[in-house]
Amino acid sequence: MADDKTPRVLDDAGPAAPPRKNGELLFDHVWEGRLFGLTMALYDSGAFAWDEFRERLISEIADWEREHPDGSEYRYYERWLAAFERLVADKGLCAAEDLMGRFRDLAARPAGHDH
Amino acid sequence: MSGNGGHKHSHSENELRAEALEAVLTEKGIVTAEAIEAVIRLFEEDIGPMNGARVVARAWTDPAFRARLLDDATTAVGEIEMVMILEAPLVVVPNEPGVHNVVVCTLCSCYPSGLLGISPSWYKDPAYRSRVVREPRNVLSEMGLELEPGWEVRVWDSSAELRYMVLPERPPGCDDWSAERLAALVTRDSMIGTGRPRLPSEI
Repeated sequence: MADDKTPRVLDDAGPAAPPRKNGELLFDHVWEGRLFGLTMALYDSGAFAWDEFRERLISEIADWEREHPDGSEYRYYERWLAAFERLVADKGLCAAEDLMGRFRDLAARPAGHDH
Repeated sequence: MSGNGGHKHSHSENELRAEALEAVLTEKGIVTAEAIEAVIRLFEEDIGPMNGARVVARAWTDPAFRARLLDDATTAVGEIEMVMILEAPLVVVPNEPGVHNVVVCTLCSCYPSGLLGISPSWYKDPAYRSRVVREPRNVLSEMGLELEPGWEVRVWDSSAELRYMVLPERPPGCDDWSAERLAALVTRDSMIGTGRPRLPSEI
């Protein structure tokens, strides 16, 4: 196991803590659970140290809060997504152009063909 | 990637961004769809206490690991290859002759579900949460666990900041067992402290 493998501890309180109901994780949309799984699977492969993700998540949330003082339309997993995109780019795991290209391809699918 | 106009609202854009990430990372072979699905299953299904049982079995067979576990459980459990996510830093408290530990969350139902799966309904029951602190012996006795008179009972209150798990004592009659075999003896309740591990004759 890599030396920089910080223990994976999901925050239970504070801004970086995921939404929960009765102590269990709460996903509003299927993609949120899927992204959560992707993040954890990538962590398990040793691609990053947990704190590297956590720091970016905290900073994404703080940035959003600064830009949205009224706090409306806040979505936790939207911040998670932004933090994960940054992590993947910073770690050189995939190029931003590749992601952008794939995003455009997916968005261009005819209606009714995306799931 | 936000603000690219078009007719997609934000939820749909997020969904596509997440989908693009997964597609690119799996195609590069950095992560597999199976690994992603394993994590999702962990949260969607009652996986039970298997992760915790593996931690206990390892501690029974590896004294150096046991020492690290009792010193810093949050880090030590990471040594075991398993799909596991801690909800909060973890403390493992060992049962010893004369000392029995039991875990509760008096405020709500904080529970190390990454290790023990979904918590049993009685763990959330207000009666358990209040009574096990005041009269642990009676509660344990009602749950079928009789402690020797004179034994000390330590009650640990889990919180949002800290989760507790009990390291039960290794039962007699399994001295030459492998960690894998021993894990089958470790019950959920023995790691909450409301039960004992199974005996080799019971499996």
